[in-house]
Amino acid sequence: MIHSPYIRKPTSVQRVMLNVLLALTPGIAAYVWQIGAGILVNLLIATITAAAAEALVLRLRNRPVKLAVSDLSAVLTGWLVALAFPPIAPWWLTVLAVLVAIIAVKHLYGGLGQNPFNPAMVAFCAMIVAYPSLMSQWPPAGGLDFGTQLQLILGGARDLDAITSATALDALRTGLRAGAGSVEAIRQTGTFGMLGGRGWEWIGLGYLLGGAFLLARRVITWHMPVAFIITLALVSAALWAFDPARFAPPWFHLASGGAMLAAFFIITDPVTGATTPRGKLIFGAGVALLAYLIRNFGAFPEGIAFAVLLMNICVPLIDMKTQPPVFGQRGGRAP
Amino acid sequence: MIKRLFNFQGGIKPDSHKNESAGVPIRPAPLPARLTVPLRQNARSVARCIVEPGQHVLKGQRIGEAQDFLGTAVHAPSSGTVIEIADHPMAHASGLTTRCIVIETDGDDRAVPMAPFDYANTDRLTTLGYLRDCGVVGMGGAAFPSHVKLGSGTGIDTLVLNGAECEPWITCDDRLMRERADAILRGAKILRELIGARHTLAGIEDNKPEAIAAMQEAAKGIDPAIQIVPVPTRYPAGGEKQLIRVLTGIEIPQGKLGSAYGVQCFNVGTAHAVYRAITFGEPVLSRVVTLTGNVEHPGNFDTLIGTHVDALLPLAAPQADTDRYILGGPMMGLALTDLSVPIAKGSNCIIASSPALFPPAPPERPCIRCTACASACPAGLQPFELYWYSRSRNFGKAQEYKLFDCIECGSCAFVCPSHIPLVDYYRYAKSEIWARERDTKASSEARERFEFRNYRQEREKAEKAARLAAKAAETKAKMAQEGSAPENADDAKKALIAAAMERARQQKAAAPAVTGNDTPVPDPTAALPVKPTEDAAASTTPPDQHAQPR
Repeated sequence: MIHSPYIRKPTSVQRVMLNVLLALTPGIAAYVWQIGAGILVNLLIATITAAAAEALVLRLRNRPVKLAVSDLSAVLTGWLVALAFPPIAPWWLTVLAVLVAIIAVKHLYGGLGQNPFNPAMVAFCAMIVAYPSLMSQWPPAGGLDFGTQLQLILGGARDLDAITSATALDALRTGLRAGAGSVEAIRQTGTFGMLGGRGWEWIGLGYLLGGAFLLARRVITWHMPVAFIITLALVSAALWAFDPARFAPPWFHLASGGAMLAAFFIITDPVTGATTPRGKLIFGAGVALLAYLIRNFGAFPEGIAFAVLLMNICVPLIDMKTQPPVFGQRGGRAP
Repeated sequence: MIKRLFNFQGGIKPDSHKNESAGVPIRPAPLPARLTVPLRQNARSVARCIVEPGQHVLKGQRIGEAQDFLGTAVHAPSSGTVIEIADHPMAHASGLTTRCIVIETDGDDRAVPMAPFDYANTDRLTTLGYLRDCGVVGMGGAAFPSHVKLGSGTGIDTLVLNGAECEPWITCDDRLMRERADAILRGAKILRELIGARHTLAGIEDNKPEAIAAMQEAAKGIDPAIQIVPVPTRYPAGGEKQLIRVLTGIEIPQGKLGSAYGVQCFNVGTAHAVYRAITFGEPVLSRVVTLTGNVEHPGNFDTLIGTHVDALLPLAAPQADTDRYILGGPMMGLALTDLSVPIAKGSNCIIASSPALFPPAPPERPCIRCTACASACPAGLQPFELYWYSRSRNFGKAQEYKLFDCIECGSCAFVCPSHIPLVDYYRYAKSEIWARERDTKASSEARERFEFRNYRQEREKAEKAARLAAKAAETKAKMAQEGSAPENADDAKKALIAAAMERARQQKAAAPAVTGNDTPVPDPTAALPVKPTEDAAASTTPPDQHAQPR
């Protein structure tokens, strides 16, 4: 029997995913401009692998293949993996990571909407643990031409120290541990730009633009990005004020690593994030806090991926404890 | 004075599609050859039939009597002959039939004498009884008896008049306000006096400027204190509790009535009906029905209660590709499976639907927890949580997440990018919970009956033994006293036996009156779930919702 409502807003999962993919393009454009076109190759590899893996698993699970692949959720996962990885990561590393994300993290838990952990972030963590050196070789801004990047991706010789460098977070961390002076002194080297890593700041700005687009299209709500950015700024400002020689200023943390990608595209993954308004604030703040702690006191230069997974675990509890009041429970005449 | 408005959380803005039918004045629908008047006017009450097949009835003659608290009277909408009193399908999601009086009209439309009712010189209760006997119920859709709503009121501060009409396509209240604003506001004045309210606020969605203007104009002449308030167009602003919130800022929790918060809300159509009943002595015989959608001539028709939908449809000339008809609006309406169902007092609109107009929903996809539904929910719920729990039959959890605060407005399903028919899941969960509570109730009643029967049998046995012993002792004593101590034991025995037989005979004669009086009989009509609608929203709690296992 068919029941009301008989009308629906023209929207779909596909449209939501398409909006997110669109919102990533300013960041990708900045990426190509600042770092090189190698990222496009990685994005292509990730897209093909994600779609193929999704189709394969759906077929094995006897689910409608075309309908599910066309919802673009797997493609989005692939893109996020590619964007989180070094743009000169060898092709097989990207393929492996995407397979982990789609098959193990998404479909072993039941497919779209069912996975408790962010697929791209699990893939990132698995790879950084399994291939730490490959995961920490990044090209400097404008330092590698497309041919070299392509060669590295397709498996050319990796005499890397000559041509690659560490990320700004990595450089700062290594520098501080090696006793190379204060934060300010280390940030004078060529790896660093005005705010974060040289060149990478622009990419962050691109993601910020894309995030504004998502907010305007109401694909995401303001809660998570705002909570994430404010918390990261506050906690880094506090420690920076406490000891500016040992702790980087807040703008550095916001402009470095995956902060902007995470704020608008990673933590806002609806499936694995908190869902209540207060829960979203807690989730965003929690990721920021954990990421900051890992960046400064943990074993890895970038902590966002681990922070996201840790907060993913807390989501059921957060949601349960932050149920908003229903109509009539708020009482009073508040507007 | 500019009225300060409040906001309700959530809500959606579907295309309103009011222009199709709002342009043409209300026309009377022609007298049909046959009227099927349902005795059931709401989910919890059925009127008692007081006519017989073959009897001739006049227009306005009472043919059904209110027989319980939520009952209202039923009248013959036109003159004719009662040809049948039988079960007939009704426009209800359950598809159940209900007792109806079928009248073959004679075309004369001859009416019983009707006289104005002098409510100003009558005590309140009598007036309420009069409205009940005029069959006045909520005309917004829920058909809740108005005299019950009016009866609950002392200490009512504000009368809210609901002219929001937030469902797309429906324009019957819009036309009524444009054309009969005077009658509506005079009715509102009567309502206000009956509940003793000091303020009257009429909320009308701002997509009906003509209706707002007409009402404001009429208010000037009748009572400038009546405030006509344009409210932002946002579905479901016409839900009773949503409108009260917008106009007064008061949020009435689920399960509570407006009267407890000093507010009482009536649909504009109800005010109109009250006015007709008091001023002309005319019971509710007809209502305005919007015919729209995939039709050549959309419009509004003054339709006699009991007119069959299929007799009404030709007036609007449905187009050839019409595949079904929706009674009510597209958000909360019901797709009719049987077009012979009668128009009831709460039937406000029939929409002809075609695949082009209301395309079938795309295939259901998994929930991605995007919380679009939570942003749209006017009840402040987390609809996707209710969906997960309903789907997994975890009904306890669903109730914990306030399943019964859901007014089934459909906003969540409207915005869902995964095209999940969310409301269907809630309806399913609610009906399962009601069924379980009924089962629990029935079994606990059966257990109580059984235990009481055991107790009664034990008690009777004990009483009988005591009586016998007393009797025997008495007989013995009597004999001893008479001095005729039995010559032999046989005589004494015979006397006892004769006395016992006499008692048994007496008991047998009294027996039928004793049995079967200690079994509470559950009300079978309580099984029908209420369909919450625009007017009443959640004010009518479904029947067994509060039934607790005892």
